[in-house]
Amino acid sequence: MSGTGNGGVIANLFRRQYVWGIVAIVILLIVNSVKDPRYLALSFNPNNGALVGNVIDILRAAAPIMMIAIGMCLVIATSGIDLSVGSVMVVAGAVSMQFLSTAPNTPGAAFTALALALGVSLLLGLFNGFMVSVVGLQPFISTLVMMMAGRGIAKVITGGQNTAATNDTFRWIANGYVFGLPVVFLIAIAIVILLGLLVRRSALGLMIEAIGMDPMAARMAGVNRRGLLLSVYTISALMAGIAGIFATASVMTVDISRTGDQLEMDAILAVVIGGTSLAGGKFNITGATIGALLIATLDKTVVFLGVSSSATPAFKAIVIVALCLLQSERVRSAFKRRRSTPVAPTKKEEVAAA
Amino acid sequence: MSVATQTPDQVKPPLAERLRLRLDFLPTVAAVVIFVGMIIYGEAAYGRVVQMNTISNLFINNSHLIILAVGLTFVILTGGIDLSVGAVIAFTSVSGVMLINAGWNAWLVVAVMIATGGLFGLFSGVLIQYFNVQPFIATLSMMFLARGLASMLSTVPERLPEDSSILVLATQIKLIDGPKVNDLVITPGVIIAILVVAVGWFILHRTRTGRTVYAIGGSEPSAALMGLPVHATKMWVYVISGLLAGLAAVVYTTRLGIAQNITGVGWELDAIAATVIGGTLLTGGVGFVLGSVVGALVLGLMNVLITRDGGVPPEATTIITGGILLIFVLLQRAVLAKQRD
Repeated sequence: MSGTGNGGVIANLFRRQYVWGIVAIVILLIVNSVKDPRYLALSFNPNNGALVGNVIDILRAAAPIMMIAIGMCLVIATSGIDLSVGSVMVVAGAVSMQFLSTAPNTPGAAFTALALALGVSLLLGLFNGFMVSVVGLQPFISTLVMMMAGRGIAKVITGGQNTAATNDTFRWIANGYVFGLPVVFLIAIAIVILLGLLVRRSALGLMIEAIGMDPMAARMAGVNRRGLLLSVYTISALMAGIAGIFATASVMTVDISRTGDQLEMDAILAVVIGGTSLAGGKFNITGATIGALLIATLDKTVVFLGVSSSATPAFKAIVIVALCLLQSERVRSAFKRRRSTPVAPTKKEEVAAA
Repeated sequence: MSVATQTPDQVKPPLAERLRLRLDFLPTVAAVVIFVGMIIYGEAAYGRVVQMNTISNLFINNSHLIILAVGLTFVILTGGIDLSVGAVIAFTSVSGVMLINAGWNAWLVVAVMIATGGLFGLFSGVLIQYFNVQPFIATLSMMFLARGLASMLSTVPERLPEDSSILVLATQIKLIDGPKVNDLVITPGVIIAILVVAVGWFILHRTRTGRTVYAIGGSEPSAALMGLPVHATKMWVYVISGLLAGLAAVVYTTRLGIAQNITGVGWELDAIAATVIGGTLLTGGVGFVLGSVVGALVLGLMNVLITRDGGVPPEATTIITGGILLIFVLLQRAVLAKQRD
């Protein structure tokens, strides 16, 4: 990075908030390497053509978080929020596992399960979108209802059991390898790139941001607010459905009380780390992806350092509080003031100019 | 509230006009009607609902929820939200029981528990008021912080000593000795909940602070222009919510005698649902403490009926709660739209 020698490029890069996410990932990896020097080592397993190592584990764990993070990213850009992603995940997982538990172990059954899970997620997303765009409820309350009801729906689907199933094709999605990398990560990256191209190479992204900045102005400019909101919440639920498939396929069991539990917080955190303002009006898909990678690294680090995994929420809370403080005007202006103090002679002029 | 219960009974000619003026009360009236309807249905379908021990248990088992709902009413009236209450209960009860087991004076620990809750609330309040963090983000992070800290302290059930003096808060006092086990029973926990409701009602409807809370929910800039102490009041509502979460932790822990890091998962949703069902608008400015109590009792009675029915799978409880919450939010939405006409 620093080898380019061009100061302007580096300065430009550091203006992007997600660079701090990369820095944090590197720091965490260094911390882990200090504890165990072989932490970053990769080995090759010739039996299934897979690379094996902690970093690969992190990539695998990051895939579902990446999915919900980019969905959440678009929702937050419209100055909304989707608290139901975790519940949609568990519903998608429950639908696919319940179907596969009685279906034959064939690729066809796996694809049917995929279609079913994504179809149900689509419906839940449409419901959220309808409540927000047509009925006009606050996004936070309509998705809160879905968050409560979704887990109940999953429990009803499986009859309160943690349903397990066997299907080699479905299992391959989460545990297979292509070119030595986990399939699940490759799929996730492909979806991120596709969605990124879709919203950034067309006017869609701009229109989504317009809704978040000023709904009135967007309407005056002829942006179809209703349709866009509906599709944004549907996309978010679809992404959550994919994340639910990833999460259940890796163990081929849906844990109705823990699959996707509190992952909405992870998604929000990833989005904020990536430099998307919670006030809406702008989004950064690359940033959200890096945020998701950072969260996966943080999760693995906490466990690696021997802290109980149920304590990770506390660390995430500290990170999100710190980021919110950095985003706030009060802290920013305090920083600016301190930066401008060394140039004392021109200080008066600066104040006057401001 | 007195008006709310009277309106449906008045069959005078200007009823429609009166109702239009009193649209604010409609959700609360609906909650009361639903509560009465549920009691009648329960009595008709399963029997043994309108009797003293069922009513006593309804209050004893939901006293913590009533306390939480009062706190949430303050917060939601200002147009904010507090998602941290359930996790705050987990942290305060786990830490409290551990302190008692470490030999601290039990009543001192009660004070510490309530103060800890207030501290979490203060932290949310500072983030929201001075750093412009959105309420649900600030309190969501407090929820994670409290839950994580509770899990760091312990992940197994922590037991209160059998002879602990604060267990007196859960002793059952017989008010009316009915036939067999059909007694009207009350615990100090219920009395605390009733006191909290009374004080909450007094503060909201009879003090300047209460008027300011309503004014902020109506329009924050207008409240500030009127010279009301907006900053201090917005901080206070989160502190109140935190303090009451600590108090609810005391009541709940003494009733059960154990505390665990997973205590109170999803209670913030129950408390929000109770408040919304009771007629407090999520946009702020409209609502009643007593309505929230009715909301909490509706949720409690729903659980009783589901248990009695036996046909409804217990898994479906959250769907029903979510459905009821949705219906009431839609009702609020309709009322607001009507008012704008």
